[in-house]
Amino acid sequence: MLVLLGVLLVVAGFAVGLNPLLVVLASALATGLAAGLSPLEVLAAFGKAFNENRYVSAAWLILPVIGVLERSGLQEAARGLIGRLRSVTFARLMLSYLLFRQATSALGLTSIAGQTQTIRPIIAPMAEAARAVETGVAEVAPAEAQRVRAFAAATDNIGLFFGEDIFLAIGSILLMVGFLEQNGITVEPLHLSVWAIPTAIAAFLIHGARILMFGRRERPRP
Amino acid sequence: MIGLTQVYALAGFVFAGFAVLSLRDPSNPRRVRNALFWGLFALSFLAGDRLGDLGNGILVLVMALAAALGLGRSGTAASDAEARAASARTYGLRLFLPALMIPLMVLAGSLGARHGGPALAALVDPKQATLVSLGVATLVVAALSVRLFRQPVLSPLTEGLRLADTIGWMALLPQMLAALGAVFALAGVGGVVGETVTRVFPMDTRLAAVVVYCLGMAGFTVLMGNAFAAFPVMTAGVALPVLVGRFGGDPAAICAIGMLSGFCGTLLTPLAANFNLAPAALLDLDDRFAVIRAQVPTALALLAVNTVLMNVLAFPAHP
Repeated sequence: MLVLLGVLLVVAGFAVGLNPLLVVLASALATGLAAGLSPLEVLAAFGKAFNENRYVSAAWLILPVIGVLERSGLQEAARGLIGRLRSVTFARLMLSYLLFRQATSALGLTSIAGQTQTIRPIIAPMAEAARAVETGVAEVAPAEAQRVRAFAAATDNIGLFFGEDIFLAIGSILLMVGFLEQNGITVEPLHLSVWAIPTAIAAFLIHGARILMFGRRERPRP
Repeated sequence: MIGLTQVYALAGFVFAGFAVLSLRDPSNPRRVRNALFWGLFALSFLAGDRLGDLGNGILVLVMALAAALGLGRSGTAASDAEARAASARTYGLRLFLPALMIPLMVLAGSLGARHGGPALAALVDPKQATLVSLGVATLVVAALSVRLFRQPVLSPLTEGLRLADTIGWMALLPQMLAALGAVFALAGVGGVVGETVTRVFPMDTRLAAVVVYCLGMAGFTVLMGNAFAAFPVMTAGVALPVLVGRFGGDPAAICAIGMLSGFCGTLLTPLAANFNLAPAALLDLDDRFAVIRAQVPTALALLAVNTVLMNVLAFPAHP
């Protein structure tokens, strides 16, 4: 039971708003000590795992190219495009993006879009511009801009999570096949991915409904 | 063969560039700390395998302490809005082309390494094809964009640093959480949580067991930050013995929908930092949890739907 101390530390630390990096270190230390390791052994175990997980941070390799494109005016171009295409409302933009993200993820193309490469430089500025056009202002208020951006980021995650499991060779499907095999049950990846389809449809309907509601807020009556 | 080593070396050089630029930026009062942070990140990517486990532990400890003390933002790359707007007017839709090239190159690279025959497979490690393609794509597209849009040669680094400073210490959190997951696994945290769940919650009826499994997958994912950690524990503890063993459910449907219930938990947890917290930093949101807040209604509704779907779809019609 004592090893759960680390989990509690993480939950409490994040809830109180301590710096998450320190919370993670404290939690790793508490968990390791509770499992009978010495502080140095915990540090070594943590260092080993940190080194093995470098691919997580390798994703930041995309920052320089996105930075150059932003300096060249990509965000402004995205906003300008929406300003000209009056028929692209916030709801239509986000619904199309959700469908695109789910459909491409279902084909295994999970890394063709994402928070750094699509949401920040293209989709979020477009969504803000679409809201501005809809509500008849030159630029959305800062608070609304924050809500729009957070909603765009959420839409990317939801599209990714509830599309990727339809693809056969994605990590989670392989994990399930391997786990079941260890337990003496043989399933085809196809059987697992087929059962991801009902939830994917539900995700589109639920989040799509929220997109429509978000787009209808505070819209000036004609 | 091009594999992880080369991609890590590229990342190491980029982060080393961030460190040098940070150090040489007089407008950043915390330039030494920023340089230390990115310098150690570079060291980890260039020489992590030679530092030893304890060496890596000390490295991440120093990085986390430096970052927690607070990093500054560089001021060198603050390109003015006027110039960006003028560039957007000049190049217009052409600006989207490089942005589209990245995914296309990643797609072509990962498909090519897997299905492109032995020559390509010998050149690129097929298991790392996506990351290698991403590395190549970023290099090519950055060079192309500098040329097409007449940007300074160093702008990929200065502008990359500007974005990196927007993310700040959050850039380190996803990898640290991945390492924490490994420590949790080492200490057997999963097994203890699984035992507790199966002991505490009654699973006398099929519906109760379905609810325990779906909510357990989501809740456990919230605590561990990742559905993959929750899946083996909850499935071995609840799904296989009770849902499949006692109530005769279809293991494929139960596991697939159970995993997706875990994904609902991923939408709710700050521990899935790369999905939930890093974007908030990247988009300059004041509320660190703004993305999670935007996801809560969808995640909870979908979790309820998953529970119903499992109860309806995963069992034979007449038990």
